[in-house]
Amino acid sequence: MPSVNDAALIEIDGLTKKFGRFTAVDTVSFRVAKGEVLGFLGPNGAGKSTTMRMLAGFMTPTAGTARICGHDVQTDGVAARRLLGFLPEGAPTYPEMSVTGFLAFCAKIRGFSGRDLETRIQTAIERTQLQGVRLQPVETLSKGFKRRVGLAQALLHDPPVLVLDEPTDGLDPNQKFEVRKLIREMAPEKAIVISTHILEEVDSVCTRAIIIAGGRVVADATPAELERRHPSGKLDDVFRQLTLPGQTSKDAA
Amino acid sequence: MRAIWIIAERELAAYFATPVATVFIVIFLVLQGSMTFNLGNFFDRGQADLSPFFTFIPWVFLLLVPAITMRLWAEERRQGTIELLLTLPITQGQAVVGKFLAAWAFCAIALALTFPFVITVNVLGQPDNGVIAAGYLGALLVAGAFLAIGSAASAVTRNQVIAFVLAVALCFVFAVASYPLVTEFLSRNTPILAEVARRIAVLDRYQAFTRGIISARDLVFFATFIGFFLFLNTVLVDQRKTD
Repeated sequence: MPSVNDAALIEIDGLTKKFGRFTAVDTVSFRVAKGEVLGFLGPNGAGKSTTMRMLAGFMTPTAGTARICGHDVQTDGVAARRLLGFLPEGAPTYPEMSVTGFLAFCAKIRGFSGRDLETRIQTAIERTQLQGVRLQPVETLSKGFKRRVGLAQALLHDPPVLVLDEPTDGLDPNQKFEVRKLIREMAPEKAIVISTHILEEVDSVCTRAIIIAGGRVVADATPAELERRHPSGKLDDVFRQLTLPGQTSKDAA
Repeated sequence: MRAIWIIAERELAAYFATPVATVFIVIFLVLQGSMTFNLGNFFDRGQADLSPFFTFIPWVFLLLVPAITMRLWAEERRQGTIELLLTLPITQGQAVVGKFLAAWAFCAIALALTFPFVITVNVLGQPDNGVIAAGYLGALLVAGAFLAIGSAASAVTRNQVIAFVLAVALCFVFAVASYPLVTEFLSRNTPILAEVARRIAVLDRYQAFTRGIISARDLVFFATFIGFFLFLNTVLVDQRKTD
């Protein structure tokens, strides 16, 4: 368990998002401290991406708020976003730009210039292993490469807070391994939130997992604690039990 | 300010990274040239000025400027890059102004490429180059006004065709607002609106520039007009970015 004394870098307080009469995220609250890697799990449509978008200041919450290193994402958004590395769902990038051109754009917006800019881009490219495609337009890259370009953009400024929406989606097993290794390496210095559908990822990189279903937090524990909640000791079964109430007894047979 | 500049730089580079820039500039020059020479009787008039050129330019802009602006925000939303752009440490206003300035700079480049007309009249006669310069300034301001409208229209929808049609329609309304057809109709029913229409008409203001008159009032008008639509654009982006 991470030390409780560490001030939380991410604070989410009663975050709620309603689309018309549909409540996508329902009073979600949690904190993430430095050194924690939080796995954000839930079925499709559970509100994972919506929560992350609100945390990144892209979506305006209906109620509640989020803070990054003490900066409110609504009222002090620019300061909050400066300390945040965000990989949006689907890792969008400008298709006509080259990998280096795209990263240079993000780095310049973040205030880097000259030699510092060069080294930042170089480091991000090495960390995400994009050396071979640095001058290629992003639109010509495969899905896995595009994802890593998005990841490189999030790591560029070495932010204290990382929010990654499905960082390993579309990667091959080797690339998944590398990205997980990268996340583990960065973990001690940062507060990291990753959303994923791959439950084994939770075991391999996360120090804590939150399961969200129907917009509500249904579990918040370490992966080991979660596994103990089902007789089989498998995270898959716990996930089904929590997100499909009523069906588990039948399926367990 | 720096963030605005970086966004504008990236946008402008994006025009030239795709065939958009070439196609736009070629069509603009062909259309503008053929209108000036054929419909405007550039040579037969026997006068050393660019008045036929400046007569047609707002109408060419009316058609082509929305073609530039339709992708401005609609494309950003379609590709999902709006989520990336707006989660960078910039304000939405900076993003709006940066994109607008890039489009405006692009129009300025297209406009600058009409320089052979200026050379031609100077070779054939002794035109008043001051009037020509004022005309160019006016044309640039009309382009700016149409771009601001088009940019706001692009923020309304993720569909580029809708953004285009909406922008052409709105630009047309503001272009012809002072035409007798409009003002007479309005003054018969609601005289106040007729007065308003006369004051917001873009082409009316532009005509003063083509006669070589640069007045502070007209400059303020264009600045306010562009400012208003960019403000509207920012509000629309904020409202609809996640749709």
